[in-house]
Amino acid sequence: MKELIQNVLDSAKLKGVDYTDVRVVRRQYEEIEVKNGRVEALTSDEDFGFGIRVLFKGAWGFACSSNVTKREMETVFRRALKIARASSKAAAKGIFFPPASPRVDEYKTPITLDPFDVAPEKKMGLLLKADEIIRRNKKVKISEAFLGSYKTVKTFASTEGSHIDQEIVECGAGIAATAIEGGEVQVRSYPNSFRGNFATRGYEWIEELAIENHAERVAEEAERLLAAKPCPSKMTTLILDSSQLALQIHESIGHPIELDRILGTEASYAGTSFLKPEMVGQLRYASEKVSIVADATSPGGLGTFGYDDEGIKAQRVPIISQGRLVNLLTSRETAHHVGKESNGTMRADGWNRIPLIRMTNISIEPGDWTLERMIADTKEGLFLTTNRSWSIDDKRINFQFGTEIGWEIKDGKLGDIVKNPTYTGITLPFWNSCDAVANRDHWKMWGTPNCGKGEPGQVAHVGHGAAPARFRNVRVGVMKAA
Amino acid sequence: MIGKEGCLRLLRNILQSSPADQTEALLLTEDSSLTRFAHSAVHQHVAEKNQTLILRVILGKRIAVVTTNILNPSSLKKCLAKALALAKVQHPNDEFVSLPKPRPIPEMNTFSKTIQTLTPNKKVTMIKEVLRLVKGEGFKASGAFSHGEVELAVVNSLGVDAYQEFSDLFFHLIVDTGGSSGYAGFVSRDVDRFDTTALAREAIKKASRGEPIQVEPGEYEVVLEPYAVSELLSFLGYLGFHAMAVQEGRSFFCNEFGKRMVDEKVTLYDDGLDPKGLQVPFDFEGIPKQKVTFFEEGIAKEVTYDSFTAAKEGKESTGHALIAPNTEGPIPINLFMKSGNSSLDEMVRSVRKGIYVTRFHYTNVVEPMKAVITGMTRDGTFLIEQGEIKGPIKNLRFTESILKALSRVSAVSKDQRVCSEGTVYSRRFITGTVAPALKVDGFNFSGVSAL
Repeated sequence: MKELIQNVLDSAKLKGVDYTDVRVVRRQYEEIEVKNGRVEALTSDEDFGFGIRVLFKGAWGFACSSNVTKREMETVFRRALKIARASSKAAAKGIFFPPASPRVDEYKTPITLDPFDVAPEKKMGLLLKADEIIRRNKKVKISEAFLGSYKTVKTFASTEGSHIDQEIVECGAGIAATAIEGGEVQVRSYPNSFRGNFATRGYEWIEELAIENHAERVAEEAERLLAAKPCPSKMTTLILDSSQLALQIHESIGHPIELDRILGTEASYAGTSFLKPEMVGQLRYASEKVSIVADATSPGGLGTFGYDDEGIKAQRVPIISQGRLVNLLTSRETAHHVGKESNGTMRADGWNRIPLIRMTNISIEPGDWTLERMIADTKEGLFLTTNRSWSIDDKRINFQFGTEIGWEIKDGKLGDIVKNPTYTGITLPFWNSCDAVANRDHWKMWGTPNCGKGEPGQVAHVGHGAAPARFRNVRVGVMKAA
Repeated sequence: MIGKEGCLRLLRNILQSSPADQTEALLLTEDSSLTRFAHSAVHQHVAEKNQTLILRVILGKRIAVVTTNILNPSSLKKCLAKALALAKVQHPNDEFVSLPKPRPIPEMNTFSKTIQTLTPNKKVTMIKEVLRLVKGEGFKASGAFSHGEVELAVVNSLGVDAYQEFSDLFFHLIVDTGGSSGYAGFVSRDVDRFDTTALAREAIKKASRGEPIQVEPGEYEVVLEPYAVSELLSFLGYLGFHAMAVQEGRSFFCNEFGKRMVDEKVTLYDDGLDPKGLQVPFDFEGIPKQKVTFFEEGIAKEVTYDSFTAAKEGKESTGHALIAPNTEGPIPINLFMKSGNSSLDEMVRSVRKGIYVTRFHYTNVVEPMKAVITGMTRDGTFLIEQGEIKGPIKNLRFTESILKALSRVSAVSKDQRVCSEGTVYSRRFITGTVAPALKVDGFNFSGVSAL
């Protein structure tokens, strides 16, 4: 393989390109889905190919193929060069792509037990056991359990002399109980909605999740939601659990700080951002209780890796320090807009996509509260947990979230549960209303395996470390107004 | 492109090698390109060649699915062995009856050879013409222009033997004035219908109505362009128009068949064979597409089936299987809303005070049984007063039941449009919804964008 790659890079140099990189990526998936006592999906997926990115006369060209041979690589290189030549006729003037020091290295996700070494029978057994416990509750009409294992083996090489081999292992699992009665549908899940929680860890992660120990509780809570009162419609104090705060960070901090969005190159699809490069160092994004880091080195995070897909080493970068915006997510091409070097966030969804600026692990730093003290300190409000829906505008200003369940808070105590809870807000006032963040004991890493961006579409695996946090004067109960 | 004989030969060879009780092999090939532009310059231009084999084997009632894009003989052998190994350890699915038996597939042309004339140079030249028109107005453009050649072949051990080649092209454009924006989109299998000048003018017209003002959220009369309507209809398809959602009791159709659920002006159906849409002759099990009517003059009628959900009710598939393993259900992908006799101009003239919506953004389900969704307006939202568009307004958030909105439809346009975001993730298979414009007498906006 090394020779095939070098052959392309040598050809690129002979053609006088400004820069070329080659990525060869092999991905292996295994997914198991159990529904209502049956293994509805038992799948194995293998995907292999290469992509070549060419910078020529200030314009990018990219082509790729699943046929990994010397001849095809040469053909694909020529196609990429042809595309770059064509694009140069309508490209922006003055693409600045600073050189990077060549890196020859390798990285492997540290794991104890490779999830692909665990027999499917054992995995199915685990899921069926949890599913069976859920189905003991007769109000539950749909019980679901999921387990996914993922391995990416990739090589990055560039005309600058970099050659980086990486092996990223990920897995995750989750359960969900759907109670249905009289036109009412209520879902509870563990450890998170939309298939569970995912990490760059081995099968030991699945064992730690202990999904079967939570099956009875999620079924009971789904049943209780059927008879629960609706979420009230009012302005109130809101406490978000760590999983919902993770998605709040994702949508209203993680995406707005992507410098490619800020510069407008995602305008036609995912949108832009209310931020501008000159706001770095100036903008009070949040209250002083809030500090956010982008940390691609965080152990187990779903956005943890060795190097990004431009050959830049994984980093931990402060983004918001005590409420003030201090950096953005950048690439080699964009970082100069904030007077910095790339902080290594360019990742591609496989061999057949170009790298884009993607979140790594965008995490809130723990505060000094316990969740119990935070609730006790709240006279009136809502405690919401586990995301059910999300939506935010194309500039990342106006958001609305729904969660699976909520609890009223009255005089410092959790009260009745409420169904269909929703809340809405505006990004900057919302984050500036944060007056408490829970401490390290409550801080968890959440994996988001479904972050969409780009055209053609790309799905990134990103992480968010989060602890419960409290926000003041938030509008809840949007449903009632509908 | 492998070609019909090559695709089917490859798949038939796998069937012959398979000792499973039943075997299905699907091949999806792609040769595509996408060019993106922003700030009136091309910044991304990519091309892809890929081919994916999806193999479903059944031992008794034990089902396993293995996917690979490595199609050399040793890999195919390994793929089959892997599928058989997984099926052996799989638990039986008692509800599985059989893969489908073959049915005659209608012949249709879904491939336009002119798609092959779209070289990188030609696409850039076409984009430059759009950029020239937009720059001429002093505005900036962003968007994407993609085209592809796709082959779909499905065979199974019961005799299904289907092949079709498709061409597709999609283009979308956002014109940005700095304070306001406008959108235009196009999707087709045929390059000859592609009119970049008309699309540029459509988006420019939307954007050039001045600076947006803020209006208060609340319930308004709305005029929805086909782009916005298609988004609402797609959610109905996902949430309730298919058999799995009904069988699991999570569809808004449950216990409502035969009843009026929406206004009588609303007739909604799925039809992969209608040439007004993006035609597809058969589904991902190789079964011919049937027209399925969800609402006929407002009355709940029927849902889509694949072979699995059909067998549970002793019915036949309607040709709506998605790629295996599909745990979401036979979601319809060729939606149509029947046209009416109004026009966008007439709708606007009939509004005393209301909102004109070009498209929605980042929509998501809030309450599935009531089909309540939320999302933002985007790229062309206007205030209508006394029958006239007064000017652009800041984007609004809506939180509304689609069913409730369809119960309040007071006008349906005669003209329809094929709408598609053209979103392609791992596998390219472009789908579209044929939608008219609608006037809805009451639509709930729950918030406003602050900038």
